[in-house]
Parts: sequence; structure tokens; C-alpha cells
Amino acid sequence: MNNRALINRYVITLLFFVISAVVIVVTSLKRTKASYPEKFGIGRAASAAEISALDIDVRPDGKGLPVGSGDIAAGKLIYNTKCLACHGDGKKTEVKLPGEPLFVDYAEFKNNTAGQKADQSPKTIGTYWPYATTIFDYVRRAMPYNAPGSLSNQEVYHLTAYLLYRNHIISSGTVITEKSLPKIVMPAKEKYVEDDREGGTALK
Amino acid sequence: MKEENSENKLFTDRKISRRLLLGGAATAAVVLVQTSVGKMVQAAVPESVVPPLLTDSTSLTAADLIADPTRIPGRGPSVSGMPSSFENPQRIPSLTSSRTPLQDLYGTITPSALHFERHHGGIPVIDPQKYELVIHGMVDKPLVFSLADLKRFPSVTRTCFIECSGNFRSGKEEMSPQEICGLTSQSEWTGVMLSTLFREVGVREKASWFLAEGGDAAVMTRSIPVSKGWDDAMIAYAQNGEAVRPEQGYPARLLLPGWEGNTSVKWLRRIELSDQPYMTREETSKYTETVKGGKIRQFSFVMDARSIITFPSFPVQLERGYVEIRGIAWTGRGKIVKVEISVDAGRSWAPAELQGPVLDKAHTAFRYLWKWEGRETEIMSRAVDETGYVQPSYQELSAARESKGGYHFNPITKWRVERSGKVLLGA
Repeated sequence: MNNRALINRYVITLLFFVISAVVIVVTSLKRTKASYPEKFGIGRAASAAEISALDIDVRPDGKGLPVGSGDIAAGKLIYNTKCLACHGDGKKTEVKLPGEPLFVDYAEFKNNTAGQKADQSPKTIGTYWPYATTIFDYVRRAMPYNAPGSLSNQEVYHLTAYLLYRNHIISSGTVITEKSLPKIVMPAKEKYVEDDREGGTALK
Repeated sequence: MKEENSENKLFTDRKISRRLLLGGAATAAVVLVQTSVGKMVQAAVPESVVPPLLTDSTSLTAADLIADPTRIPGRGPSVSGMPSSFENPQRIPSLTSSRTPLQDLYGTITPSALHFERHHGGIPVIDPQKYELVIHGMVDKPLVFSLADLKRFPSVTRTCFIECSGNFRSGKEEMSPQEICGLTSQSEWTGVMLSTLFREVGVREKASWFLAEGGDAAVMTRSIPVSKGWDDAMIAYAQNGEAVRPEQGYPARLLLPGWEGNTSVKWLRRIELSDQPYMTREETSKYTETVKGGKIRQFSFVMDARSIITFPSFPVQLERGYVEIRGIAWTGRGKIVKVEISVDAGRSWAPAELQGPVLDKAHTAFRYLWKWEGRETEIMSRAVDETGYVQPSYQELSAARESKGGYHFNPITKWRVERSGKVLLGA
């Protein structure tokens, strides 16, 4: 093999590598499939004002409660005007109420399968609700059914006080505030347990 | 309209003829007819002559409507189809919910129009152009997403059931699967993974719960552990290939596969990250159940395994001979691995065939061939899921809970087959 042939072979090999490199670079530049990023940059920043306009929730620790106070007598007036028609006045009714009773002035017992007397009274705030803050949160967001969201914070505070009173949780004359409401210990709280089902053979 | 009304009178008390069909009238069905100038047009069949299935009229039968479909061209294409007018499966609505007619369905997908409903303040009308989802609280960057934004993110499609945890009724013999447990339905859902949105807003490490809030009149709220959000939660904007139906949360809803339906908050407008649950009304006074020892069980999210024979079931009149027992089984804890059938009132059990592919947290169809000789018996199914959980009998469940019903009650459904072929709900 002469020198010329050797140089030719060398040049051809070099050319091959150069072309390969160009092809690789061009292919990678033309690649259209993007890899998934951590963030897409979609959506706009939420302003503090728009968040607070929507953020109506109240937590058991009182976060979200507006400054204010509620009075039992004022609550009674509002209840009788806006709630009683559906939720009743704690008396036993012949016809089922459109809304469930929130407090009852009677106890209802029936014989259970073991022949013992079992309390069949309706589940009420006093017998079933574990947190008092839930009353404020729920009444403000969803009641009355025909005009949800129409009550002022003041009205909701008054109603909360009245409902707690009718369930024998606060005594007459008690005024509730954003400070005192989260501290109220509800009778049903101690009955609450977390779900412990996890499949498998144990039936819970 | 005036003409249609006057035409309508002509049809009353008369059987339909082609001539009668020439006049267009209100409504229900449409056929092709030839006009006097020989042009084929579509004409509405007046209400008074549609099949009795739709009108309860007994004077006309389907055969009267079109005696020989090979002798008259059928109707042409349309912008949107409807089920055959001979088929009329219906939900059973109450004031706050409606139930899927399980006994009238085939396979595992619930037609969107028949998906069960449960809402707490009615179905809101939400303009998709104005729709916004806000995610805030314990995040690095609170963000607002429009519907178009949600659709720009990588999309995911999955098939799963949604079941209301209050899905157990009993108390009389004449009850259909729909009445017993029609608050479960299955769809193919499409949307964006909530984990994608969690990364976008930068959910903080200390966030352990999030509040999901709907934009309906109940402004429905539930607290959800953040782990579910990172796991398989979705924001769904499509159902069975089309936009989510209004009663299912249009334009976008939360979807928590395998969890009690109430947590899949519809018309989702806000998610707030928190380090504790909010103890909303829907997770305290509702969607909690009394269990052993007078306790109240809370945050019972996962739906346990359940099954029901949908054929034969009330109100079927069974005939002797081969009967393919059919039904659905499902579990919120993964896949159904086995469904067993008893045709001798629970004395012996044999495995049913499962229709594949068996999907995670999804209705799974099963079938079992049986030859009924006319003897009185009870037939029933029990589901087994991948955790080894076996669907309990009513008596077992009732004893374990010290309860007769309530949320998360998933007992075996027994069907009593009488000698006459009558099928009734067993005790």
C-alpha cells in the first residue's frame, strides 16, 4: 500500500466521523419530544385578595374564624325566622322535617335485637358533632338551604350560640367569641376514632 | 307549532300509517318519509304514536310503528345520537340523589347519563370560561388555574368506580340491585394528576392534609390526606370521552380512586394545603359510622370489597335451564382477585369467571354458568380482593360493627329464587 492510498483511507475515515458527528448534532437539534419538567409554568399567581375572598373555612383550632361574638337570644330570633321551618323546634313531629333536627327536647327509645332499650333519638349537634367550629363553618357556607351564603358573620355567631345552648353545651347568658368557640369541648368528641380498616382478614 | 298541535289531534286514538307520518309533529322519534314531491325528509313521529316504552300507551306496539323496516328507508345521520327508543334504562331519583340501574347495564362502564348522583345543594351551572381552581395554603406559590390551563398539563386517563359510602338499602323483598346499591358507577376519567399540580404550586413538606372545596350551593368541603394527592388523585375534566357531565362536577372535579364518593369533590373550585384536617360537616356529622363499643369511626375513606349479582335479580322471572349468573365486583383496595358464587344458599362456593382485564379500583364483571332445575334456593356472590379481604355476610358485618347499617356497609346480597321463578331479595 502506498502513501497516497494510506492518506486516502485516513481522509475517508475522518470524513466518516465528521459526517456522523454532524448527523448526531442535527438529529438532537431536531428532536421534538420534551422531557417532563418539574414545573410547567402554567397557571397564574393567586393574589392575597382573591384567596381571602374564597377562603371561608374554619378549622377546629379557630383558624378562619372572624373576630366577633354570638348571643343566644339574638340567635333564637334568627333561628325561628330562618331555620325552624326546616329543622323544627326540638319537638317530636308527626311528619319528617325537611331538614334534620339539630337539637331535640325528647329521648326516643326502642327495643334493639337483644331486647334491650336502645336510644333511637336523632343524631344531633349535642350527641354527634365532635367540634363546635364545624357549626360556624357549615352554617356560614351552606345555610339556609334556600339562600346559602346569605348570613352575615354576626348572624352566624348568634346562631352558633343558640344551637350550642339548645344542645345544653353552653348555659344561658353565655356569649361565644372567636376565642371561646374553639375551646368548647363537645360531648361526642370522645367517641371519635380514626379508621383502622386495612383490608385483609380482619373485619372491622 | 300551531300546525303540529292540530296534527297531534289527528293521531289520537288511531294507529299510525305512513300517511299519518307525513305531517311533522311533536316529537320523540324521527323517521324518513316521502313528500308529495318525492323528496325524502325526516319527520317527527308524534308523541302519541311512539312506542309504549316511552309513553306508557297501550294502544300501539313497536310493530305498528314500522311494520317492515326493509320497506322504508331509515332516518339519516344526526349531530348527536340517542339510545334506541325501545330501550329506557332510568336512574331512580330522590331529592338528593339518583341511583344507577345496575340490573339494566352490560359490561362495566356506566353510561354517563346513568351515573349515580349525590349532591348537597343541587347541580350548579358553571361557565367553563369563568371556571377557576385556586390552590393555596402551605405551598410555595399559590396559583389559579383556568380550565384551559388544566387541559394544557399532561393528561391521564383511567377507569375506576365511584361509590357513595352510604350505598346500602334493605328492608323489603321486592328490591332491585339499583335500589340496594345503585350508588356505584364506573367511568373512564381523563384529567391531570393532582401530583402534577402539587409540584406546580410547590406543596410544602409539612403539609399533611388538604381541603377540597366545591363551587356548588353547598360549597361542599372534605379534608383529604396529602398522601392521596401524591398517590393517584386526579382532577378530571372528562368522562367517557366527553366533558364531565354537569351532575358529575362539570367542568372539573376531584377524583380519588377507590375512596368514598363524597371525597371526590365535584365542581372543584379550591384546594387549601394544611397541617391538620378541617373537621367539616361532611367528615363529622356525616360520612362517619358508629362501630363496636359505641365509637364513631371517622375518615373511613377506602371502599371495601363488594359484589352483587345483577342477573338474575328482582324483578326477573327466571326460567328453568341454563342461567348465566352475572354481576359486578369492586374494591377500593386494588384489584378483585376472586368472586365466589353459591347457588345452594351458602353451603358451597365456586369461583366465577372474571372478565379481564381486571383493573385497579374498578368494577369487574363476573359470570357463572348455572342450570336451574326449578328448586327453591338462594344465590349469592362474594368478592375477594388482593389484600385477602373477603366480602362478609350481613350477619358477620353487623356483629363486627354492632350496627345494622350505615356508611361503609358492604354485605353479601342474597337472592331467593322461588319455585315459580320469582327472584326476591333474601334476608
